[in-house]
Amino acid sequence: MIGAAIDRLDGRQKVTGRATYSAEWPIERLSYGVIVQSAIAKGTIAAMDVSAAEQAPGVLAVITAGNAPKLPQGGQAGVNPPAGRALTLLQDTRVRYNGEPIAVVIAESFEQATHAASLLRVNYHEEQPAVDIMQALPTAEPYTKKILGQFEPFSRRGDVDAGLRDAAVVVEATYTTPLETHNAMEPHSTIAVWERDQLTLYDATQYVYGVKRFVAKTLGLRDDQVRVVSKFTGGAFGSKGSAWSHVVLAAMAARHVGRPVKIVLSRRQMFGPVGGRPYTVQRLRVGARHDGTLTAIDQDVVSSTSTFEDWVESSTLQTRMLYAAPNVATAQRLVRLNLGTPTFNRGPGESSGTFGLESAIDELAWRLGVDPIELRLRNYASVDPETGLPWSSKSLRECYERGAERFEWSRRTPAPRSMRDGDHLIGLGMATATYPAKRMPASAAATLTADGAILVEAATHEFGTGTYTVMTQIAADALGVPIDRVRFELGDSNLPDNPISAGSMTVSSTGPAVHAAAVALRERIRQAGADPSDVESCRRIIAAAAGAPLSATAAAAPGAEKARYSMHAFGAVFAEVRVDPELGELRVARVVGAYAAGRILNPKTARSQMIGGIIYGLSMALFEHTAIDPRNGRYLNADLSEYLVPVNADVGDIDVLLLDETDEHVNPLGVKGLGEIGTTGVAAAVANAVYHASGVRVRDLPITIDQLLAGSDR
Amino acid sequence: MQPFAFITVTGEQAARQAAAYPDARYLAGGTTLIDLMKLNVERPSTVVDINAVPLAAISELPDGTVRVGAMVRNSDMAHHPLVRDRYPLISQAILAGASGQIRNMATTAGNLLQRTRCYYFRDTTMRCNKREPGTGCAAIDGYNRIHAVLGTSEHCIATHPSDLCVALAAVDATVRVVGSKGARAVPFGEFHVLPDERPERETALEPGELIVAVDLPPLPFARRSVYVKVRDRASYAFALASAAVALDLSGGVIRQARVALGGIATRPWRAHEAELLLEGREASVEMYRQAADAALAAAIPRRHNAFKIELARRTLVRALSRAEALS
Ligand SMILES: Cc1cc2nc3c(=O)[nH]c(=O)nc-3n(C[C@H](O)[C@H](O)[C@H](O)COP(=O)(O)OP(=O)(O)OC[C@H]3O[C@@H](n4cnc5c(N)ncnc54)[C@H](O)[C@@H]3O)c2cc1C
Ligand code: SF4
Repeated sequence: MIGAAIDRLDGRQKVTGRATYSAEWPIERLSYGVIVQSAIAKGTIAAMDVSAAEQAPGVLAVITAGNAPKLPQGGQAGVNPPAGRALTLLQDTRVRYNGEPIAVVIAESFEQATHAASLLRVNYHEEQPAVDIMQALPTAEPYTKKILGQFEPFSRRGDVDAGLRDAAVVVEATYTTPLETHNAMEPHSTIAVWERDQLTLYDATQYVYGVKRFVAKTLGLRDDQVRVVSKFTGGAFGSKGSAWSHVVLAAMAARHVGRPVKIVLSRRQMFGPVGGRPYTVQRLRVGARHDGTLTAIDQDVVSSTSTFEDWVESSTLQTRMLYAAPNVATAQRLVRLNLGTPTFNRGPGESSGTFGLESAIDELAWRLGVDPIELRLRNYASVDPETGLPWSSKSLRECYERGAERFEWSRRTPAPRSMRDGDHLIGLGMATATYPAKRMPASAAATLTADGAILVEAATHEFGTGTYTVMTQIAADALGVPIDRVRFELGDSNLPDNPISAGSMTVSSTGPAVHAAAVALRERIRQAGADPSDVESCRRIIAAAAGAPLSATAAAAPGAEKARYSMHAFGAVFAEVRVDPELGELRVARVVGAYAAGRILNPKTARSQMIGGIIYGLSMALFEHTAIDPRNGRYLNADLSEYLVPVNADVGDIDVLLLDETDEHVNPLGVKGLGEIGTTGVAAAVANAVYHASGVRVRDLPITIDQLLAGSDR
Repeated sequence: MQPFAFITVTGEQAARQAAAYPDARYLAGGTTLIDLMKLNVERPSTVVDINAVPLAAISELPDGTVRVGAMVRNSDMAHHPLVRDRYPLISQAILAGASGQIRNMATTAGNLLQRTRCYYFRDTTMRCNKREPGTGCAAIDGYNRIHAVLGTSEHCIATHPSDLCVALAAVDATVRVVGSKGARAVPFGEFHVLPDERPERETALEPGELIVAVDLPPLPFARRSVYVKVRDRASYAFALASAAVALDLSGGVIRQARVALGGIATRPWRAHEAELLLEGREASVEMYRQAADAALAAAIPRRHNAFKIELARRTLVRALSRAEALS
């Protein structure tokens, strides 16, 4: 059962429209909230005229800083970064970014609320905002707290300056990644329903328990007064990992009008108020001897954050552990801009950080005249070079080898512009992919019901990754029953507590809990004298107990392995690009990704994850960038016509190899997580291929026609 | 979106009567109008649905003109044998635009009247002379990578985004309209106007006038024609630069040339200078480069769009080379 390539159990439900997403719950007496946003990036609201809006047809209320209920601690009671965010809850008249919520209009229909929202008249005292990362760079300050509460904000091993002096070749370059906006297909949406002092939120989220606790704290409620339901989320990528302003505003609005309120963000409203990947400016210095042995790596990363919350894109973490260089220093600094607070975005840190690091390693390979794979192998880290800990498992060497073989890396002629197909230049490039194997405490329940079916429950999440399917597989496997006897329920804070579905750790956290609950139930069934795989015997014991279902719960948590092993998934990603040298048009014709990420529970859902991750990486490489007005921080390309992501025609052949890897230490299931590693390395592989094709080194994402044109001849 | 009256009509006459309401708009495929209404950029008092008006035919007139009805869907136009065989550049231009779904809705007339994609035009919190005359142009000193380098003024630098119109400019189409003063024919070159001091005025159309058809004149050498479009992604993106080209070649000599450019100008841009240079000369890449230089000679770059000048030159050279290579 485990390891079987079974179809998604919820596939039919989704493609036939029967999966209920958060905005789709049929709720009686529902009213509709629309958020009004600021039109300046910095200042205060001097005056707001809501009279026209209030008088518009269908309007139930207009909530502004003037009439919003005062929340505990000015609305900051739940703030507990990184999951508990500093929000905008109409507690004051300050404006800190363009598009910040300044009012909510509630009406009988969405159309009426939208229309009324356009009737608000706002006057501002406008101040000069800081919105340009390059201009603001001199104001960067070292980040001093732990990143995500876990990692040091800087690192130092050996003596980098000495290492650079020892180097025969030093690559020194600055790489930048732009502001990226997740743009999950499903817009963020929340329905808030009060029944007396009980609040139910139907919310598009990656963390039902997180939202529950955060909203309770923020509103001054007890935890048990809030329930969060999220059966299906239509893509998230990190943007739904925290409760953003609209979630709390929906609850406030519902209380204000005494009716359930639904708030669905428009596409435009997803630019700014619900996070995004921040800008990064990464200065790298990498030194090596003639033989390719690294002597030093120095990476200084400045990332942007808002003016009201420090959020760090941890782009230095992979640099500390990827290569066996004796001297490595990294630092994270922050620049505060008048933009929305950034957040986790698929492979936060590693996706942007591998662009810098793996581009610089490629530049070094050119300078040394060493094959890029060979250079990486010469500096292969056989233990974690930062901590000295052994790896729980590491098959990166095999990933390089198998990937190169599948990709036919040997076809590559080393010189730039040396490979052609007709008028097109062909380039082959590669990079390393890596992402930590994380785990958090989780719990689950398993219940044998009267009809012999088994219900397994855990408050985890399904946002397209296949959670329903693999959890069912894990439980069925542990019970020794066929898949169709197990039903898995998730996405409800009335179910057993589970962590955020992020950091590629759903399977590694919830999986062991589900496994343990299923094993416990199996034993209880056996003790009751039945055989779990024999439905009739199962029905008999329930009947004998007068229909009372038999259940078991279990918790699972990481143990001492973290102190003993360094645990990461690894991969190698290869890209073939075609460049039209005259027009600057670039197409990625082929990607091969070879990954080793522990045990693969379902090769089909795993492969889909990897393909999705790689396309996300292509999107970073080629298209994504949130355009900001240089004067007032307005989000300019805030729709899917102008914010480009790949269409099918942009996605060439993608070939995913999932290597066998046994890891006895990482967690009881031996899985490392696949959600994010696919995105890491891709942008560097493409940029490296572009250099091979055209001789143009692009250090600023995305790689666009303008840049290729500027670097080419006529 | 503002509340509006919605009227469905079945005939031209009724359509024009309904359009007499102040601020009325015809609704064709809706792919421009509805979007802009949602953004509060368009705020019509009355929307007149003309989908039932019988204007969806493509026919050949006795003199060989191909008449394309105003309500013909872009997809149908692109795939119609008369268009596909006689005017490959038109078919190619349509199919290089938007997405399959949008082309199935979009109409001939709607395409001519689509509005610019300028970010500032589409955002009512920003200054824009086109949307609100006299408020200034936020793009000139703003983020202007997608903006025009030809035909701009100090009041507006918005790109005309249509692909189809570039091909129509090249073939000298005629726009047939009816209005309160009766029917008239507007040469394509006079249909779209430069922004100058009045960027809010984009076409020669009078208020309430209804486009009924676009006529494609006989142009036998248009069988040797191409449309080349360069954009940020492989499909479903507006042109950064495009060129529609038709060549009348005989024995290696260019007898006539039609050249129009898109993605870089405030209106579909017919490049007469390039045509003059090419006509009577031997076909060669060198000639094409000279023609491209002539076509772009008057270009004015802004902060983020200077690359478009060189890109447009190269796109034109590519289009001319491809047209030459056709048999
Ligand atoms: C996401 C997206 C991407 C796109 N990409 C491209 C692209 O790459 N290339 C490209 O060329 N285009 C592109 N388009 C634009 C598309 O081609 C136009 O929106 C479409 O052609 C408009 O036609 P319509 O029938 O839908 O017009 P409508 O929206 O119905 O009307 C547009 C305007 O024309 C007026 N009108 C319509 N018919 C008449 C008539 N008979 N007489 C007088 N006035 C009339 C309407 O009142 C309205 O003002 C894109 C559009 C979208 C939304
Ligand atoms: S370029 Fe034209 S459309 Fe754009 S902001 Fe300026 S005036 Fe408005």
